[in-house]
Amino acid sequence: MRVVIAEDLALLRDGLIRLLEAFGFEVVEAVDNGPSLLRALTTHRPDVAVVDVRLPPTFTDEGLRAALEARKEVPGLPVLVLSQHVEQLYARELLSDSTGGIGYLLKDRVSDVKVFVEAVRRVAGGGTALDPDVVAQLLTRHAREEPLQQLTPREREVLGLMAEGRSNAAIAASLFVTEKAISKHTNSIFGKLGLPQSEDDNRRVLAVLAYLGA
Amino acid sequence: MSELLRGYGRRALICFGRAVVQIVLAYAVNLPLFIVTVLSIAFVPLGFGVVLAPVMFQAIRTIANQQRAWAAEWSGVRIPVPYRAEPAGAGVFGRLKWILTDPASWRDLLWTFVNVPVALVLGVLAGGLTLYGLEGVFVAPWLAQVVDYGWGPFWPLDDWGVVGVVGTIVLGAALTAVSIPLGPLFLEAHARFSQSLLAPTREALAERVERLTETRSDAVDASAAELRRIERDLHDGAQARLVALSMNIGLAEEMMKHDPETAQKLLAEAREASGTALTELRDLVRGIHPPVLAERGLDGAVRALALTLPLPVDVHIDLPGRGDAPMESAAYFAVAEMLANVVKHSAARRAWVQIEHGGGRLMMIVGDDGTGGADAAAGSGMRGIERRLAAFDGTMAVTSPVGGPTVVTMELPCALSSPRTSPSSGTG
Repeated sequence: MRVVIAEDLALLRDGLIRLLEAFGFEVVEAVDNGPSLLRALTTHRPDVAVVDVRLPPTFTDEGLRAALEARKEVPGLPVLVLSQHVEQLYARELLSDSTGGIGYLLKDRVSDVKVFVEAVRRVAGGGTALDPDVVAQLLTRHAREEPLQQLTPREREVLGLMAEGRSNAAIAASLFVTEKAISKHTNSIFGKLGLPQSEDDNRRVLAVLAYLGA
Repeated sequence: MSELLRGYGRRALICFGRAVVQIVLAYAVNLPLFIVTVLSIAFVPLGFGVVLAPVMFQAIRTIANQQRAWAAEWSGVRIPVPYRAEPAGAGVFGRLKWILTDPASWRDLLWTFVNVPVALVLGVLAGGLTLYGLEGVFVAPWLAQVVDYGWGPFWPLDDWGVVGVVGTIVLGAALTAVSIPLGPLFLEAHARFSQSLLAPTREALAERVERLTETRSDAVDASAAELRRIERDLHDGAQARLVALSMNIGLAEEMMKHDPETAQKLLAEAREASGTALTELRDLVRGIHPPVLAERGLDGAVRALALTLPLPVDVHIDLPGRGDAPMESAAYFAVAEMLANVVKHSAARRAWVQIEHGGGRLMMIVGDDGTGGADAAAGSGMRGIERRLAAFDGTMAVTSPVGGPTVVTMELPCALSSPRTSPSSGTG
């Protein structure tokens, strides 16, 4: 799988390259600023891009903007955005065009190597990887609303993992229950929230987010 | 040569335009404003003036501020703004008292009146001389040949024959030539006259120095306390955790050979500790200067903040650009503190934030539909924000009757830079 990496700190950049290569990814280019990121994304058209939000020259949200810009030119280009902090504002911007894989994770998540690599693969496959922090914020924000109050604590837990972008199998694994139990929970959640069912992972997250973000 | 003439012509034209503006302002704006304001003061005992007088004085301030801007721009005469800050949370009578007790209000009023004749005289001198000289060259002598024109610029044209006509042309040309450098001098004289009434008096300056000393010492105290807090948080939090972390890793290294299982457990612990340290650092950074504020400015930061609150917040922000970092930071923390109060104390179901910029001031309003009863004097958070805003000459007003709703209005004088260009169009 071909990857483009954008990270301005050399130490982190090398770490990311080493990590992804160890898991069989091919790093086609690693850049350290916004303009070259945009160029790299539009010329290489990688299977997935791992992008730091804050990049030179402005050291603001250069990376995020470059990624969004590239997705305009290459629709559905899978982008996993890493950030020192997570903001719902940025998550919304990333999810706004709702095509192709999108991820938005705290940089800390890289330290859990397996989970991180799994997230990169999911985004490359057109899925979603949302940081648990963003999802937790979304859930607390709307906890007062009627339909969410009907959920059992277990169902809320499942909804959280679902909103991060995980498949039923992955949710089952992290909660140590069978996949069948999870699909029972998800059906019940969809029922209570009044969401149409769908097999597509990404659409599932979008549906959840659309409900939560309303 | 023609280049030079064009330059002179342009300068004369600009000077003439400015003179006309001053004369028109004096008669069309100053004079009616003066009359209505004096009447509004007379109406104060009747009650009606209580509302009208502050409005009129504000209008005068707007005109006076325009005059200050022109004086600086046209003649390089700087006239500082002398007004006292509006007291926080003032009612109708509070506003009346604030505006009537400010000596600058009365000096403004005097200027509004005296400017009427002064602007006319100086304006006519600044703009009219060139015109009069030109008339002497191009109109009077020639028209006098055909009709009984009477006076040229300097003498009755019919009395002196050809000498009179030629003299008129020569003197008219000379007058025009002299009027071009003279015009700006008359405009400057007018600016100096305005300065004599519109600039702060010595007492006002002393008062301002006193106020600045006070807010500066507040600001210094606050930032010193903030530094101590950051030092303590770093020392007790992240720093201690990192030490424990490196100890764990060192221990794991040792154990790797003969007890790999324990080593693995230690490494897992180490990873967890590093995660906690990172979270602590992140919270600390957010408390000092939220990253999203650096990245997106006040607009994005307040929107992002609103998204994280457990109640719906309607956000209306209209900012044409970004302010400088300390101002943005003060504004952000002011709004954040008010929203935190809404969440903690108000029992509100909805809140709203409105931020806009106009007339060199940033206006921030935070409101909620909660139970009210907020008191700026009682809450340490609100007091802190008030002092923080005061360091920027900003003000805060709270209206919060028991039973609600609560509305906090904050104002911060500031200039905004033009919006930054899209980073993707920049060159790396």
